[in-house]
Amino acid sequence: MTIAAQLTAMDFASTEEVRWCPGCGDYAILKAVRQVLAEIGRPPHEVVFISGIGCAARFPYYLSTYGFHTIHGRAPAVATGVKLANPGLDVWVVGGDGDFLSIGGNHLMHVLRRDVDLNLLLFNNAIYGLTKGQYSPTSPIGTRSPSSPTGSVEPPVNALRFALGAGATFLARSVDAQQDHLPGVLARAHAHKGASLVEILQNCIIYHDGAFGPISEKAHAAEASVRVVHGEQMRFGKDGELGLVFDAETSRFRVARPGVDCAAGEIARHDETDLMRATALAMLGERQGEPTAIGVLHQREPNGAPALRDLGQVAPMRRETLSRLLAAAS
Amino acid sequence: MNVVIDHERALERSGDRSARTSTVVRFAGDSGDGIQLAGVQFARSAADGGAWLMTLPEYPAEIRAPAGTTFGVSAYQIQFGSGEVLTPGDEADMLVAFNPAAFITNIDFLRDGGTVVIDEGTFNARGFAKAKLGADPVDESAAARYRTIRVDISRRTLEALEAFGVGRRDAMRARNFWALGLALWLNEQPTSACERWIAERFAADRTIADANAAALRSGHAYGETMELALSQPLPVLAKTKRASRARMISGTDAMALGIVAVGALSARPVTYCSYPITPASALLHALARMPEGVRTFQAEDEIAAISAAIGASYAGTIAVTASSGPGLSLKTEGLGLAVAAELPLIVVDVQRAGPSTGMPTKPEQSDLDMAVHGRHGESPVAVLAPATSEDCFHVMIDAARLAIRAMTPVIVLSDAFLANAVSEWVPPDIAALEPVLTHDAATPGRDPDTLVRCWVAPGTPERETRVGGLEKDRASGNISYDPDNHEAMVALRAEKLARAAGVVGRPTLHDGPEDGDLLVVGWGSTFGAIRQASRNLRGRGHRIAHLHIRQLWPLPDGLGDIFERYRRIACAELNTGQLTRILRAETLRDVRPVSQINGRPFRIDTLEAALGGIIGDAS
Repeated sequence: MTIAAQLTAMDFASTEEVRWCPGCGDYAILKAVRQVLAEIGRPPHEVVFISGIGCAARFPYYLSTYGFHTIHGRAPAVATGVKLANPGLDVWVVGGDGDFLSIGGNHLMHVLRRDVDLNLLLFNNAIYGLTKGQYSPTSPIGTRSPSSPTGSVEPPVNALRFALGAGATFLARSVDAQQDHLPGVLARAHAHKGASLVEILQNCIIYHDGAFGPISEKAHAAEASVRVVHGEQMRFGKDGELGLVFDAETSRFRVARPGVDCAAGEIARHDETDLMRATALAMLGERQGEPTAIGVLHQREPNGAPALRDLGQVAPMRRETLSRLLAAAS
Repeated sequence: MNVVIDHERALERSGDRSARTSTVVRFAGDSGDGIQLAGVQFARSAADGGAWLMTLPEYPAEIRAPAGTTFGVSAYQIQFGSGEVLTPGDEADMLVAFNPAAFITNIDFLRDGGTVVIDEGTFNARGFAKAKLGADPVDESAAARYRTIRVDISRRTLEALEAFGVGRRDAMRARNFWALGLALWLNEQPTSACERWIAERFAADRTIADANAAALRSGHAYGETMELALSQPLPVLAKTKRASRARMISGTDAMALGIVAVGALSARPVTYCSYPITPASALLHALARMPEGVRTFQAEDEIAAISAAIGASYAGTIAVTASSGPGLSLKTEGLGLAVAAELPLIVVDVQRAGPSTGMPTKPEQSDLDMAVHGRHGESPVAVLAPATSEDCFHVMIDAARLAIRAMTPVIVLSDAFLANAVSEWVPPDIAALEPVLTHDAATPGRDPDTLVRCWVAPGTPERETRVGGLEKDRASGNISYDPDNHEAMVALRAEKLARAAGVVGRPTLHDGPEDGDLLVVGWGSTFGAIRQASRNLRGRGHRIAHLHIRQLWPLPDGLGDIFERYRRIACAELNTGQLTRILRAETLRDVRPVSQINGRPFRIDTLEAALGGIIGDAS
């Protein structure tokens, strides 16, 4: 492909008026995506956004690329079909927690297992927004909503642990409001050949404001989250005064103060390729006092076996071949 | 009033058979006995000898039921003859029963005066016990009804293979070839076609090839030595009728070829997405073997299969998905999206007896209501049904033309019988087939004649659009909640389909007088039985015609005018009257249903009796 001129974020904006609620986290995600698309530099006609149903699923209307707003939960399956037909396209899939983890959970599992070369953006706001605020599969226990007036009793699913179980080869997490972080994660997801899942913690200002607590707040994000970078020590806190130590006995990370609870050298370095530690990282934040890991939690290169990530373009059947098939004895 | 077929009465009517021009042979045994193979090889031999034929494989849903049990019985029926053969035959002239269970579950298919060959080696206390029988089921007092040839096939196969040094187990596996050899002898058919096949198939293992061929020849020689013959004379076969290009083909294989033909005729790749389900899976298998032009995808479920197909259509390939009854239920959500997003899509439903899992290997035509009406919203799709195995090829090309012309989904209704039945086919000359035109060169906006928007796939520069399931403005394509626009779009979706319907070359197949006392309407796999039954009645002086509808929705133009020319209209189908009700609603005629819903194809004689009843046939 040739690129005539440097693309800008505005080249990826459609003429459609954006209709999310004022203050919705989706605006920030849209901004980051447009910026990253411009950096990637593929012309808009080679880029396709496929979405399911929900607030997040309106995303394609606000981009100048090709877009297909499909059915609730089915976007990964539709996107797989697009890729089967034309593997050369740059295909992104956008869905919410209901879309990807409830009605479309099966499709997400299989698209990850097959490692179809897609960029899957999970806008997780832990609530059903478009249907007016019911608890979702990622809502914490006790979520009061129109369908759970006394508080929900269902434990939430951890999207990244689910994805690891499905065999995902790229897993990342970021936060809508962290514009110094989200674009970089999106660019990494795009660069990965295979299925890349990015969980974006997204604030629903109407039905679940503050669902992710301090992570979304500038003042507290440094204590509430740990930004993991391949090869670097996993330190967090305002001045890096906190860190993660891997506890081999429990196979989990625990929070420690280097120089106080442990030697500075004991703070673990992040290894994206380590599948077992990725599981431990994905679980961080499930217990009180733990930070939530953000960044690329896991990425591994394909092992070279034939897979759907490496699809070639199918050529139409030649007439001579058809003639031969028709004449063949049964 | 519903005419329910009375099988007893129909049997009394079965008439003079001395002038018959065909023979029906039926093999029955354990699903592990190689019954289907013996049947297919018998058919090949008959075809090689110049016969016209049609076959019906019948197999249980169980893969390998316990040996010798009645629920593990598999059967294969072949009708072959010197003239056009339209069905696998009502009754068998000859039955080969590999064990007591096969005998008791199949003897009723043998006509009076027919011949049954039984493997005496299995007709012992152990065999009777497995079939839950107290004693030998061969009733000697029934000798008047059929003739029995008892031969210890098992022992004779073992003897024939002694010299080959194959184990007892392997030798027993060749029983089907021994029985086939005898069946070929009895039907005066050569073994040469089958011997050639054995040599090819087992080329990698000469011992197995030689052993199987020896079993075949031994069975044939046994018949000759014992001077065995069928109880009635065989029809004389014309040897020169068939074109040299003729081949045998099943509905499934014809449909697979039709699908790839669409790709070749439209110069587009084909994407085939489906989820395993009986009996539609065979289509996935056939397409997965294609050398080029098609990408098959085994999806995680039925919904993913149609969703991926929709994605593949959106991306500009010929997209096909297939399933059977319950699977089509799951695909209705996707059908709605394809209608709304205006994408061409072909959905094959290989119907089986329902509801739910029902009888998955048995044919029925009971998904018509679902195909025509079964969706949310006003969501019209075209529905086509092939009439014969051969037509399974052509219907796919018709479906593609229609889907692309109207930019909408088309459902093709096949069934378990049509998919499995094998008959003669002279493949068309490709040069004679019209290309399947696509809209890729068209300009933006709706075509004023066809009302469709062109098919713009992602990757096309300067044409980036957003599509989806939300209602869109008739002109701009942008999302619209305007009440008048929605009403106009509902009308437009129906109208563009109606305008496109003309691309189906032969929406109906007509046989018989242009006017008369009775018009029998049918659709799908019942073609052969209805055609033969109506011809038989015409032969007895009745003014009866047969109209087979290939394009079930929208109904072909002028159907009401055709109906006007007949005093009575009947509709014969393997359901409780689904097309009948549609025809009544659309033509306001008192269409009489002729229904059968027992998991089997129509018999010609029962159909003849039912139709005769409607026109007061006294013979």
